[in-house]
Order: sequence, then C-alpha cells, then structure tokens
Amino acid sequence: MKLTLRRRQILWAYVFLSVSLVFFVVIRWYPAVLALNISFRDWNVFQGSGPWVGLANFQEIWGDLFKPRSAVRAAFLNTFKYVLLGVPLQLVLALGIALLLMQIRRLSGFFRAAYFIPYVTSFVAVAFVWNWLYAPQAGLINQTLTALGLPTQPFLRSPQQALPSIALVAVWRSLGFAIIIFLAGLQQIPEMYYEAAQIDGANRWQSFWRITLPLLNPVIVYLAVLQTIQFLRMFDLVQNMSTDNAGGPLKSTTTVVLEVYKEGFSSYNMGYAAALTIILFAVILLITLVQMRLLSRRVEY
Amino acid sequence: MATSLDASVDSKIELAEKIVTAPSRSKRPFSWGLALVYLLLSLGAVVMVVPFLWMLLTSLKPASELVQFSFLPKNPTLDNYTTVLTTSSFPRWYLNSLIIATISTASVAFFDSLVGYTLNKFDFPGKNIIFIGILATLMVPTEMLIIPWYTMSVHWGWTEGSAQYWGIVFPGVITAVGIFLMRQFFDGVPNELLDAARIDGVNEFGIFWRVALPLVKPAVAALMIFNFIGNWNAYLWPLIVASGRAYYTLPVGLSFFRGESLTEWEKIMTGASLATVPLLLVFIIFQRQIIKGIALTGIKG
Repeated sequence: MKLTLRRRQILWAYVFLSVSLVFFVVIRWYPAVLALNISFRDWNVFQGSGPWVGLANFQEIWGDLFKPRSAVRAAFLNTFKYVLLGVPLQLVLALGIALLLMQIRRLSGFFRAAYFIPYVTSFVAVAFVWNWLYAPQAGLINQTLTALGLPTQPFLRSPQQALPSIALVAVWRSLGFAIIIFLAGLQQIPEMYYEAAQIDGANRWQSFWRITLPLLNPVIVYLAVLQTIQFLRMFDLVQNMSTDNAGGPLKSTTTVVLEVYKEGFSSYNMGYAAALTIILFAVILLITLVQMRLLSRRVEY
Repeated sequence: MATSLDASVDSKIELAEKIVTAPSRSKRPFSWGLALVYLLLSLGAVVMVVPFLWMLLTSLKPASELVQFSFLPKNPTLDNYTTVLTTSSFPRWYLNSLIIATISTASVAFFDSLVGYTLNKFDFPGKNIIFIGILATLMVPTEMLIIPWYTMSVHWGWTEGSAQYWGIVFPGVITAVGIFLMRQFFDGVPNELLDAARIDGVNEFGIFWRVALPLVKPAVAALMIFNFIGNWNAYLWPLIVASGRAYYTLPVGLSFFRGESLTEWEKIMTGASLATVPLLLVFIIFQRQIIKGIALTGIKG
C-alpha cells in the first residue's frame, strides 16, 4: 500500500515536470550545445549547416583584437569601459541614495517610487527620450547649458562623449533596482549595532565605515556582479542611441553584443558571431564563479 | 531543515514588507541635516522623473514649438497622437505586445508554479539533478542562445506569418528564475494541509491547483507582474525573429518608427509615450508589489 502510494507520487511528479523538462532540454540545453557547435563551424543560416573549421573563428577574433581599426577590438574595449564606468557609479549612487532614504520617514514611499520608475520602462523608449535630451541644439540639456552661459556639448555625436553619455543612461535606468537591494541589505543590519557604537562614542562616519560597509559586503558583491553582467550585455541602448550608424560615431560606442548582432544577423557570419557569444559566456561564468567564492568565503568566518 | 527554510522565507517576506512600508531608523524632529537629506533626494528625483515629463510635454507640442525653447507647450495638442496612431502600425504593435506578454505571463505563472511546487513537495529519483539542470541554465546568457534559437525557428517555420508570435514567445514560456522563486515560496505551505487533502481524496493536480496555489498568490502575482513587464520591454530576440512589420512588438516597432521619423522629435516622443505610459500606469497601480518583489528576489540568504 505504502509502496504504491510512493510510486504514484513519483509518477505525478514526472507528469508535472514533463512539459518543463522538454522545454529545458530543447529550448535551453540543446541550443547552448548548438551554440558551441556553431562556433566551431563556418555556419550560414540559410543552409542550416556549415563545415567544421575547428578553432578558426576564435583565431579570427584573436587576430581582430590586435587590428587597430577592427570593430571587434573596439567592441571589447568599449564593453570594458562601460563596465568600469557604469558599475562603480551605479553602486556609489545607489548606496548613497539608499542611505539617505533610510534617514527619512515622510515621503519615503514617494521617493522610492520616483527612483524606481525608469526600471520598468523599455530601454528603447528610454534611449529615444535621452536622444532627445542630448540633442545638439534643441535638446533640454544643451538648452539648459546655453541658458547658464555654458558652451553646448555634442554628447552622442562626439567619439569622446558618446560612450559616457550612454553609460550614464544605463546607470540612470537601473539605479532604482540597486537602491531597493541596498535598502533590503541596510534593513537587515540590526539596530543594536548602531546603538552600541553610539554608546562607545562612534560618530556616523565611523559607524558607516565600521558597521554598515562591512556588513553590507555580501550585498555589494552581489550587486557588483549582477551589474557587471548587465553592462557586459549592453545592446538595446547602444543600438538605439549611437549616431552615424549602430555603434558609432567611429565605433566609439559599439559593444560585444552589438557586434554579435551585426556579424550574425547583418553579415550572416553566424560561426564568428557564435564564437563571440561563447567568449561572452566564458567571461560571465568566470565572474559568477568569483562571486560564489567571495560570498562563500564571507560565510566561513 | 524544512522549518529553518520556512523561517528564512518568512523573514524575507517580513523584510520585503518592511521596505515598502519603510519605517525609518529614527523619528526625528526638524533639523537642517534632515532638510539637506530631503533636498538631495528631491534633486535626484527630479533627474529621474524629468526625462519622462519632457517626453510627455514634447509629445503635446506642435513641431513649430520644438525650436523655440519653452518647457511647457504653448498650444498643447493631441495631433501627434492622432498622426502616429493612424499613419504608423502602433495599434498593431500594441496588440502584438499585449498578446505576447499575456501568453508568456499566463504560461510562466502556471508552469513555474507547478515545477516549483513539484520540486519542493515531491520526493522522486533525479530530483536534485533536475533542479540543478534547471538552475544551471541561468548561467547561460540569452545572447549565446539567440543564434541557435534563430536557426531552430527558421527550421520550424516560426519566422513566417502568425507563427512569428510563437517564435517571439517560445524562449520565455517557462523561466528558471520563476521556478527557483516559487520553489522557495511553497516552503511556506504546510505539508499537513496537502496530506489532509490527499486523505479527502483530492487528486494531486487538485491539491496543487486548489490547495497549494491559492496560498502563494502574492508570489505568483509578483512573478506575473515582472514577467509581463519583462516581455513587454523585450527587444533583442523579438527584433531578430519578427521579420514582418506586422509582427513587431512595441520596442521593435518604436525603434523602426524612429528610423522613419529621423528628427521629428515630437513624433518620436509620442511613440515613446505610447510605449511607456501603460507601463507607468502598471507601475503606479502595483508599485508596492513590484518593489516588494524586487526586494524578495534580491535578498540573499
């Protein structure tokens, strides 16, 4: 009797899982293996296949990384710049705002909502709104600069300013998310630590460095990794904000994913594009593993 | 084991609740410090909200008013909306986005809950391997899968006609994140309740559907809201798989529309408003659930 009940349970479990198992095997696992397979081939989507070329695609990417004018070299360097600019700025701003939000009682719901709004809107709509804000003459920012007697700026039209301008929009768009995560982390710090510190004569600044920051460390690592991955995958904003052509001016804003899109779906160079995505995957995997190590080490002591 | 997990889910929910109700660390009378905190937060809030305000205001201006600078429209008009809605395919793109977001959200709510429930409440051989197999897919970035998905879609004819709806929707009908989240939430459902229903002769699906699922409604609601927003805003995959203009989703349509409108900013801002306003409304209505949901999924532990 007991055995049949257990058997029935096992049967039900597999019935419940059946559709999802098929989904994960066919739509998630198989394509991941297929991506690896394609990266070793000279693949053309229309033939649905291509000859095995071994590491040729990866060797080509490696070669392109050292060609001064290659788009892929620019893409890797730019993606690196987006991460280096965006992640620290995002974390510092979000932590600062979260700390300020912890100080207030009245209107805190309103402020939280205001900072969160951009996070629910589409990157494409956001891209165009900022295109218009950054516009050369009629744009709100340049109008304001003119009104203040300052020189107007080219923003998205300048190879120097375009990348930081886009990175800033990415920070602006996801700031609310990071603020909420920081708020969750800050609320988890027991009140009594601060009270004890106060009794010992510590000022706010010391409390922040000695209590808040160390106890917030896991949250900071978690957010840093999450945001790094987001910035490594930059595409929507760049494709819709860059001027001249996607990734411009002068390839100054292009990213790895944008080159994947161009190589794969404009030039139909699928093998090369797949190899780029494998490299992206490897980088993300490495960062995730480093995060796991950092976080598990903290738990140990 | 189960009780300690129960406690962790409960404390997470409590913490997330604390963030939306946000009792601050201290109730303090007026001070200049507090005034400065409010000032800084207000400045930040202006930066977050003004771009959307500027978008809406621009969409209400006739083209002639864009050159001379004024913040508010002098002769507000809805002409841009009439033009954009009648001369472009915006109504169709709305419908497409609605269909796609609805299908995927319904599917995710059902399957993610069912799989999460099964992985939590059933004991069967292969359970751990299946769970790890599902979680591992989180490591693989979507960008790596788009090329295989595209070749698969071409192969199965999902890039033509109304099959494009399925082509756009299929990668997101079940999500690993949702399964992970729901599995945690079913911890809070007591096994005794399920056993009681079993003794009453309710079949296993009935137990899931009528006994367990109603108890985790808030979690399912949060999952659905996120999924809806995510699918409404999705860009890269719909851009690749939707070949005909009639099958574009809003973000893809908006990007295409921008290409046609060049620098007619009042039209572009009208399009951006059309894509953004429904989401802003959803956010205003579900603000608490959304922020609570972010806190819940983001809290480590």
